[in-house]
Amino acid sequence: MMRAMAQDAVPQIDTGGKRAEAHAFVAVVKRDCPTCALAMPVLREIEARGCKLELHVQDDLSFAAGFADVRDDTALAASYRYGIDTVPTLIRLTDGREDLRAVGWRREQWQAITGIAALGAGLPDYRPGCGSLTMDPGMPARLKVKYGNTGLASRRIELAPLADPVEACYERGWSDGMPVVPPTEERVLEMLDGTARSPREAIGMVPPNLAECTVEKVAINAVMAGCRPEYMPVVLTAVEAALMPAFGLHGVLATTNACTPVVMVNGPIARAIGMNSKGNVFGQGNRANAAIGRTLQLVVRNVGGGRPGEIDRSVFGSPAKYCFCFAEDEDDPRWESYAVSLGFSPQASTVTVFPGDGITQTIDHISRTPEDLCRSYAGCLRAIYHTGHVIGVQAFLAVAQEHANVFYAAGWSKARVKEQLDGLLKIPVRELVPGRSGLSGLTAEEKADPDRLIPKFKNGTFNIIRAGGSAGKYSAIIPSIGGRGSIEPVTREIR
Amino acid sequence: MPDHILLDPTAETQAAIVPRLKRPPSIKGKTIGLFDIAKMRGDEFLDRLDELLTARGHTVKRYRKKHFTHLAPIELKQQMRSECDLVIEGLAD
Repeated sequence: MMRAMAQDAVPQIDTGGKRAEAHAFVAVVKRDCPTCALAMPVLREIEARGCKLELHVQDDLSFAAGFADVRDDTALAASYRYGIDTVPTLIRLTDGREDLRAVGWRREQWQAITGIAALGAGLPDYRPGCGSLTMDPGMPARLKVKYGNTGLASRRIELAPLADPVEACYERGWSDGMPVVPPTEERVLEMLDGTARSPREAIGMVPPNLAECTVEKVAINAVMAGCRPEYMPVVLTAVEAALMPAFGLHGVLATTNACTPVVMVNGPIARAIGMNSKGNVFGQGNRANAAIGRTLQLVVRNVGGGRPGEIDRSVFGSPAKYCFCFAEDEDDPRWESYAVSLGFSPQASTVTVFPGDGITQTIDHISRTPEDLCRSYAGCLRAIYHTGHVIGVQAFLAVAQEHANVFYAAGWSKARVKEQLDGLLKIPVRELVPGRSGLSGLTAEEKADPDRLIPKFKNGTFNIIRAGGSAGKYSAIIPSIGGRGSIEPVTREIR
Repeated sequence: MPDHILLDPTAETQAAIVPRLKRPPSIKGKTIGLFDIAKMRGDEFLDRLDELLTARGHTVKRYRKKHFTHLAPIELKQQMRSECDLVIEGLAD
């Protein structure tokens, strides 16, 4: 990136007792800058004193008519090379190397650099400069690609000049079916501005191919998914969480089930990047929710090689496999957030990845007591996959505002609700289905007693979160396969 | 912004083409591994194979990974390779 120099800080200037004539000067200006216009007579005076002056103009060359050595820098090559972020900038070269520079107009600085005591005597003491064209939106990355060394390691794919890059991404199999943003080097560089981590850093091995995934590859896919650079800390942490062995991403991908990684964000970063935790929380319309969730899916597809019909053997799939990402609603302090319940500080920002198929709603407009509402929940939760299915099933229950108010009014914590549901979700052995989902996960002792009660989530996890809109007595179940030791929720703090 | 040069979003790996091993002309005298990936009822299938193979005088060794959602650890794969001439894997439910 450009070297930054504070415009209002006066650097200590030591001219070393050398006379100005011993030096050469480089100045960078643009016509569209009042401070440059103010400084032009001064630059003429420097030249008139016999100093060698190389004058670079970023926009209109006629602005510098009459100078001996005017350089057209509309391509900004010199401005990039000198690291100009403000015009006018005056640079002093000694033996061809920069030893001093002045940014904007500050008379005492210019006088000191040039050694000309009365320079700009009639001008104001100080005028800040204007932004260099090198700092226009998108320009730093563009110039770095054009003139610098980006350090990016990925293969460059050159398209025919008139080829449609969006179509080119489709043709190469990089898309989930929706258009992607073409991952140009400029866009990827801008995406990498969102993290301090090195593009070369490997963050894990992505199944099914167990291919190494670098920060750079995540950034490329984040561009394609539509992320903004400030999403990168969340994106990187989501990918890392999904690659933890406990999450079992290979299983989530390869299963015939519809499940997919769900990304939940807790903590201040969710608000900072504008994530949705309220109305339509699992739906469309929020860029951060959509793009972060989509990036994880594209990383699995493009880096890991996980594609439907190949290793992805899902019978139905789910719209959630495009993207399923949201923030937990933490606005009401009466329930602690999921992350806080795990022991994270409320000030910590975390990403939780858990498996989910999509959502199914529990609608109960009638219940006014926590006990009644829990009975409604229990009926719906028991039906996940099959009323007699107790092995390898798990769920998150998202409670929206009006249902939460029932529990708040009764002083019930999340833990109390969970305890109540655990009590209600016990199923007698005789009602369990045989085979994979029922009896085969039980011990011989359990099978022997038809009256024995088995928890619905016998080896699966069950968690309660807050999310959703404020109007309507709804909650939502996010069901999934998996359980402890196979496919589990994983939470990581964003660093 | 010039859009005609794109960065490759893939891992830039190429699939290694590994030729299939030739089937042994006979399993006589071979040590046969039965690998259970821990999917439901895979053990029933492998138990039956075990019975049949053992009854025919073959040497059978049994292996099982912890859970079907996770890949077999390298150590387990190396163990099977070093102890068996061929391995039969029970894949699905």
